[in-house]
Amino acid sequence: MTATAQLPAGASAAPPRLAALRRFAREYAARPAAMAGLGILLALTIMALAAPLFIHASDLDVINAPGQPLAPPSARFPLGTDYAGRSILTLLIWGTRPSLAIAVLATALTMLLGSVIGLLAGHYGGIVSRVLMAVTDWFIALPTLPLAIALAAVLGQGDTSITIAIAVTSWPGTARLIRAQTLAVEARPFIERARALGARDSQLVLRQVLPNVAPFILVSGTLTVSGAIISEVTLAFLGLGNPTDVSWGSMINQAFFQGAVTRGAWWYLLPPGIAIVIVALAFTMIGRAVENILNPRLARKP
Amino acid sequence: MSSSSAPLSAQSLSALEVPPDGGASSARDFAHYLGRKLAAAVISFAMLLVVGFIIFSLMPSNPVEALTRGRPTSARQIAFLTRQLGLNQPVWERFVHFVVNTLQGHLGYSWQFETPVATLIAQRLWPTLLLMGSSTIVSVLLGMWLGIHSGWRPGSLLDRASTGSAITLWSVPTFWLGIILLVLGAEGFGPVPPLFPAGGMSTPGTPGGFTLFHILDIARHLVLPCLTLVLVVFAQYQMIMRSSMIDEAGNPYLLTARAKGLRDAEVRQRHAVPNALLPSVTLIFLQVGTMISGAITVETVYSWPGLGYLTYQALQIPDLPLLEGTFIIFSASVIVFNLLADLLYRYLDPRVRRT
Repeated sequence: MTATAQLPAGASAAPPRLAALRRFAREYAARPAAMAGLGILLALTIMALAAPLFIHASDLDVINAPGQPLAPPSARFPLGTDYAGRSILTLLIWGTRPSLAIAVLATALTMLLGSVIGLLAGHYGGIVSRVLMAVTDWFIALPTLPLAIALAAVLGQGDTSITIAIAVTSWPGTARLIRAQTLAVEARPFIERARALGARDSQLVLRQVLPNVAPFILVSGTLTVSGAIISEVTLAFLGLGNPTDVSWGSMINQAFFQGAVTRGAWWYLLPPGIAIVIVALAFTMIGRAVENILNPRLARKP
Repeated sequence: MSSSSAPLSAQSLSALEVPPDGGASSARDFAHYLGRKLAAAVISFAMLLVVGFIIFSLMPSNPVEALTRGRPTSARQIAFLTRQLGLNQPVWERFVHFVVNTLQGHLGYSWQFETPVATLIAQRLWPTLLLMGSSTIVSVLLGMWLGIHSGWRPGSLLDRASTGSAITLWSVPTFWLGIILLVLGAEGFGPVPPLFPAGGMSTPGTPGGFTLFHILDIARHLVLPCLTLVLVVFAQYQMIMRSSMIDEAGNPYLLTARAKGLRDAEVRQRHAVPNALLPSVTLIFLQVGTMISGAITVETVYSWPGLGYLTYQALQIPDLPLLEGTFIIFSASVIVFNLLADLLYRYLDPRVRRT
């Protein structure tokens, strides 16, 4: 018998971070809505990654499409066909790829921008903090869509410019949160101890503050993704997406501007929108659960 | 866009800031407050000009090339355009020109309409104001009513239903909701005939002017776009109103009111609601940014001839001077409305006024 075996079932022998992670996983698994959100996202991610195995370039070709244009659902095309005669189901599956990828990348970029600015503003007080927070507040006050449209239009059509436009317009909320948490962490005694031991600014921020604000970056990130998805499809719908690729936003764009409304082609209009709502809801469920677990005080406010 | 929950909290926090000035007279205090808020608005506008200049004048690699794309152009024409756009001047000189022109209302010439951008914006302003104004009124009434009743009885069926639908509508892209309502309302479904026109602001070929027919025609065109914007925005009012009702619910003055023998509805309407109203009222002004983002996509879906549709039209070219003009107008109006929200908050809340 080893010493660990005699300990109670909690995992108190494990390093504290691992124990915290286990506690987090246990609490997360106890929430059905959060588990459903995670399940949906896992299934969609696997489908998106596996899509090239069963969808070929010829299925997405506008010129030699396999079916009649705007045909209603049938045995061969379970969700009908689009304006060119391609299977909507195939497009829907393929569209998961850019839609998820852009949302996740844009969120990662948002977190990077927001965390760096929040950490800097929180760690260096004074003029640095005031200037950074003035810029943050300015971005918060500005309407997001016109700014995103302006940026994406100037950068040109395509996934990169959409990603940049989303990141540039959505970082301020994260920056505010991370600054507040940095201030809270730096007021605790172990920071003073590290400083007394001669830690430099970079060591303090990266080794002491960052690990302690990391959970908040995670919370902010999961809550940002659903917003990023909506922004992404909105910009793609307005025609700013990559014109050669298939995404949910571009599907709705084509459906709308290629006469699906007058033809009453509900099978063309509904699936991409429902897919967007499901993914956005899934991320919201996960985000709310993560927020509730990591920061119960914040979450109680609606 | 859905990121509007962040502006909300930050703005309401800044509105709550009380100047730590106890002894001064309230008039001087107000002048001080007004001056501070005005200065902040002016700085915001200056930053807007800088960002607008960076995006539209520095970031495009070659505006002349964008302007002449697809057309055969001689070297002389290119040189002429370069001079006309002022691209041969140093950056700071271009910036000064840009600032002076913008402040005088000269926003440049639209490439596709070949009309001054300011004229186009003036033409398209009223439809947007009509759409945003009407949907603000409806969503404030709807959201507050739902918020008052769901906050008064949290956990009730109404509360759960309205909070659930608010979260779901939060995840629905505005433009898609607009398209679905367009199909249902303008194409009909099942036995229901098409009830509303599919787009535009009035039926083509009908006489305009202030006739009853024309006004009713515009109202009929307004229903679907207005409904779309309401569905997107009302949840904000509902959530804020709900949480401030819950905050008020525990206060002793309500117990006093009940002890006086007032009925539940009277306690709610005459005592709890007036106190809970404050955050929602200022929210109306802070929601302008969300409304603008919604208006761009909704106007696009319904071809509503406002500033949002103008933005979409500019985007198709892309017509950079026109985009720049709408960007500046949208952002400047948000700055103005945030200032109004700050002032209104101080006026409405005696606690903020007196300190």
